[in-house]
Amino acid sequence: MPPIVEIDNLSKTYDDGFQALKGVTLAIEEGEILALLGPNGAGKTTLISALCGIVTPTGGSARVGGHDIAADYRAARSMIGLVPQEITLEPFEKVISTVRFSRGLFGKPRNDALIERILRQLSLWDKRRSPIKELSGGMKRRVLIAKALCHEPRVLFLDEPTAGVDVELRRDMWRVVEGLKESGVTIILTTHYIEEAEAIADRVAVILRGDILLVEKKETLMRQMGRKCLRIELAKPIGAVPAALADFGLELSADGCELSYTYDRQAERTGITRLLRALSDEGLALSDLQTAQSSLEEIFVDLVSDEAAA
Amino acid sequence: MNLRAIRAIYVFEMARFFRTLLQSFVSPVISTSLYFVVFGAAIGSRIDEVEGVAYGAFIVPGLVMLSVITQSITNAAFGIYFPKFIGTIYELLSAPVSFFEVVLGYVGAAATKALFIGVVILVTASLFVDFSIAHPLAMVAFLVLTCLSFALFGFIIGIWAQNFEQLQLIPLLIVTPLVFLGGSFYSISMLPPVWQTITLFNPVVYLISGFRWSFFGQADVAIGLSLMAIALFTAICLTLIWAIFRTGYRIRS
Repeated sequence: MPPIVEIDNLSKTYDDGFQALKGVTLAIEEGEILALLGPNGAGKTTLISALCGIVTPTGGSARVGGHDIAADYRAARSMIGLVPQEITLEPFEKVISTVRFSRGLFGKPRNDALIERILRQLSLWDKRRSPIKELSGGMKRRVLIAKALCHEPRVLFLDEPTAGVDVELRRDMWRVVEGLKESGVTIILTTHYIEEAEAIADRVAVILRGDILLVEKKETLMRQMGRKCLRIELAKPIGAVPAALADFGLELSADGCELSYTYDRQAERTGITRLLRALSDEGLALSDLQTAQSSLEEIFVDLVSDEAAA
Repeated sequence: MNLRAIRAIYVFEMARFFRTLLQSFVSPVISTSLYFVVFGAAIGSRIDEVEGVAYGAFIVPGLVMLSVITQSITNAAFGIYFPKFIGTIYELLSAPVSFFEVVLGYVGAAATKALFIGVVILVTASLFVDFSIAHPLAMVAFLVLTCLSFALFGFIIGIWAQNFEQLQLIPLLIVTPLVFLGGSFYSISMLPPVWQTITLFNPVVYLISGFRWSFFGQADVAIGLSLMAIALFTAICLTLIWAIFRTGYRIRS
């Protein structure tokens, strides 16, 4: 099956000469959740804006559902829903009116049952007759999501959808996103919250200075690039790491009760067996062992800092 | 054509108008009444007739034009400027709508609002003075064309404006003086010859003259010329809008 979003060498240079996208090439499969990660100014929003028609690309091409975003913009855009980064809503409009307006803009006939379902799903039904100015920030963000969903898009762009919302709402939104994925909607999510990508994404793309650095399945990325750490709790505290264990690069905690050993789980030999034997040879009694894997955030920080240093 | 999108924009804009119906309705009624008190009763009582028409009745077409032109521009300019200002323009840009459809929605709504105000003023005027309409169809045609063409012009201003000050700049500094000096309250034949010639460079003269002809059957300039002027103005506005949307000027980066 061809990708639902195909981006081919897409570039954007603004009038002031700033090159926001430098020939981005990316394929997004139908039904997946792709997290687009990158620091501020990396080009995430420009990429989404170019695909949605808000920004005009200066080079390259892109297709959504096989439709060129420029030549066949009606067909391409009718498949897309966009939740923008900023909360941009008409303050005096009622929730239900603004959602109906969005559906109408996409050329869809009025469908009160669908709108009710979406508003209920987003816990907005009770507020449907409220003017938007009376809603909380979190609710306004839900209205933006309702507006993006009301024309039944097959591809949904979420540009930092949970920025500035509380943990409970964030988790609510993750549930909504997962529900959408189950219904077959492809989701492209930009976020600053790496935990968000870690929690819900299938694949991760990292963008930096207008270039895609990598695109990888989340698990593969974490497996390939993730470092694991073995934490060894000692039965009795020690003052320093014994000289015989110097080769292992162990770190001793301040209270002398815990040793940390970082290893690459992809390596042919992790060194764990040898380390445990060496600890036994040194007469150190162990009270507990724990392992922890690098988070996506640590991987992302490593990637971006390596690239920045290059 | 995405007719549902045009309807959605139109209904959305009209809803804004109806939300402030009292303000939209009362304001023109009060200002029209004031014009009749000042120009009709106070000053008009000292003027017998202008070209065979009682002065109070003579100023009715000018007053309607004054409000209709101002309202068309203001409504259309605000209609498109507000989404730009608060950021909801993203929705229009990312929807499967052509620029022509966007213009139809916004300009159609702005012209409808102005038309409504024009009718309100005509009804209000009928309470103060007696007048008849010699060419009703031509009057409606002139009214509708003026609403549409100046709504197009207002749409351009709304796209061009980058702040509220700019939004008010052209209507206040250019359009209002042009309407006042375009024969709203007088016939240009009352001016000295030099000013009569200068006045002919004011495009609003042709609109007011044509509109007045539809009421009283007499005009400052030939009716054909008035129609040509309004057609030319509409064509210029349409060309500018076409260029704006083709280049994305101040809308799409």
